[in-house]
Amino acid sequence: MRPTHAPPGDPRLPAARAGRGPRGLTHLGVLESEAIHIFREAVAELERPVLLFSGGKDSIVMLHLAARAFAPARVPFPVLHVDTGHNFPEVLSYRDMAVTRAGVRLLTADVQKYIDDGRLQERADGTRNPLQTVPLLDAIRAHRFDAVFGGGRRDEEKARAKERVFSLRDEFGQWDPRRQRPELWSLYNGRHRPGEHVRVFPLSNWTELDVWQYIGEEQILLPPIYFAHRREVFRRDGMWLAPGAWGGPRDGEPVQIRSVRYRTVGDMSCTGAVDSTARSVAEVITEIAASTLTERGSSRADDRMSEAAMEDRKREGYF
Amino acid sequence: MTAIQQLPPNTRTGSLLRLATAGSVDDGKSTLVGRLLHDLRVVLPDQLAAVERVSRERGLAAPDLALLTDGLRAEREQGITIDVAYRYFATPKRRFILADTPGHVQYTRNMVTGASTAQLAVILVDARHGVVEQTRRHAAVAALLRVPHIVLLVNKMDLVGFDKDVFAAISAQFERYLERLGVDDPTSIPVSALRGDNVVEPSTAMDWYQGPTLLTHLEDVPPAPDPAAEPARFPVQYVIRDGARDYRGYAGRLVSGVLRPGDEIVLLPSNRRSTIAGIDLAGRPTDEAFAPQSVTVRLADDLDVARGELIAPADAAPEPVQELTATVCHLSERPLRVGDRVLLRHTTRTVQAIVTELVHRLDVATLAATPAPGILLGNDIGRIRLRTAAPIAADDYAVNRHTGSFLLIDGSSGDTLTAGLIGGAR
Repeated sequence: MRPTHAPPGDPRLPAARAGRGPRGLTHLGVLESEAIHIFREAVAELERPVLLFSGGKDSIVMLHLAARAFAPARVPFPVLHVDTGHNFPEVLSYRDMAVTRAGVRLLTADVQKYIDDGRLQERADGTRNPLQTVPLLDAIRAHRFDAVFGGGRRDEEKARAKERVFSLRDEFGQWDPRRQRPELWSLYNGRHRPGEHVRVFPLSNWTELDVWQYIGEEQILLPPIYFAHRREVFRRDGMWLAPGAWGGPRDGEPVQIRSVRYRTVGDMSCTGAVDSTARSVAEVITEIAASTLTERGSSRADDRMSEAAMEDRKREGYF
Repeated sequence: MTAIQQLPPNTRTGSLLRLATAGSVDDGKSTLVGRLLHDLRVVLPDQLAAVERVSRERGLAAPDLALLTDGLRAEREQGITIDVAYRYFATPKRRFILADTPGHVQYTRNMVTGASTAQLAVILVDARHGVVEQTRRHAAVAALLRVPHIVLLVNKMDLVGFDKDVFAAISAQFERYLERLGVDDPTSIPVSALRGDNVVEPSTAMDWYQGPTLLTHLEDVPPAPDPAAEPARFPVQYVIRDGARDYRGYAGRLVSGVLRPGDEIVLLPSNRRSTIAGIDLAGRPTDEAFAPQSVTVRLADDLDVARGELIAPADAAPEPVQELTATVCHLSERPLRVGDRVLLRHTTRTVQAIVTELVHRLDVATLAATPAPGILLGNDIGRIRLRTAAPIAADDYAVNRHTGSFLLIDGSSGDTLTAGLIGGAR
């Protein structure tokens, strides 16, 4: 019996044995079924799908769901990593292991290359997350991808609360609120003009807690940095950042060793760790439930720049 | 910190409830949603701090919880409202997805969209004004979309002195209207979203009210009918082939009912019969699938089945049709006229269609029908007839929200034009 599904009927009840017992999916069962339905719709309706894969927990859950959606066949699309060059080494090795296990092809779009040949300029703050947009859009155009699976969740941020499951992007990758189509029932409309593409968000209705509970129930392996570990960190903008080749710390930012974990995984220069003693999924869930900060507020410097930071980046073609 | 927040919902038994909110301007809907999120501690201190800062900047004495659901800058700049914003909250009993539909602009289209997936609709009225035209529209849309549960919130009870008679009169009037719509058993709750009375916490000012708070009601309402009570409907989404294992399975989501290996089925509209050889859940065989599970069905016969076919029980299958009568909500700025050639998207099937008749336009506030309107504009609700180029296996919307619904799509722009509900209007 798979744990995300309520048993079709309690064996102690005679009605259940007769096949008339109470059936129902748990909330995770409903979310899983919906996500699988979305994956299959996009693959059936569109020609060249790709899954954005960062090695972060949301993209790991997406790859897991995609494998379930198309089993026993292989996942019928490649994965794309937009590589900022500021990676946590643990996440990169996880990425390579996960794509090998899933039998999918890994493509990368390399921010460092763009900086090296002058197509992108390093920002003064050293943060590379906003620099991902151009390599991403170039990769979409070069491979003629028309469906791009992203791990965006509507609970993350208010610009995402109004996002569609099938989100139409123009030739420049831009999100135009006027062109977003009403989504009724579970009828998704993926029609687009040549050069346009559709971002598809199978985790739209999941919350951070759902993702963690699903990871727990499905026993999905995560990179170790999602759990409490001792690490050298320094304080910047109210977050614990890890020193690394990307440039931190500056003078006057003393390094100390603390027990921390990451709530999100992105570019090392702007992904902060939180103080934590949670070493298991269950302990992480307990910490999240008691947290007083949102996931992005606690660990993403780039989202705190302005109230509309996420909205602006989304309109420019960010995830 | 309350117990509610410390206990994550029980993943083994917790169910999911989708609800939609509707209210006209100034009924306090944003305050209600803000109150719900605030009292359930969905709003974390970093978000609340932002609300407090903006409230102070605007010279308000108390934090304006309505700011929690404030629109996007793109909407303000372009003077538009995106139809639905989704909010998420949970209690130890249940998880909730709230479709928050703006009431002022394009309310019909917005509410139709939000209500299409909702199991429960929350309709707000201002206790000082009672049931107004907007309330009747919202109730009519919820009834039309067959939202299983309707809740009337009589808000701003603090402004009518928490008067029992005011509440009784409004809820009686509302219930009479719902009866005309064919809806029975609505629930009415007196609340003050501003103060939080009867939203999450029981009111101390209305001891004459013995019923549930909004949250208790949301937690206890039955979420969905037993799938076994309905005939199975399985639209084929995608064909999974694995040459190495000689595997061919039909992937899809069971939108209603139960399927088991050995069931005699019919494929529609091709009208071919077969038997279910096996059902796989994520690649592993299972002895039963029920709605709304996503599974893969294997058939005993070597048939060439494509996306868009429907698997249904041989003895309880819908009749494929090419002539349809439907109640529609027109969603687009491009009007709908007789003779329009469109694409009709029904479950996983897309066929060409032509609008053959505009039967009437419905005023959802008065339920009065204008015959042969000649044109349907955005936000209009009406009744139309269509002819399709190929048959579709449809049920009445009243029987099945999935096999009874469709979209009309503009074949050249790809835009979604119209939402349709197959069969008789209420």
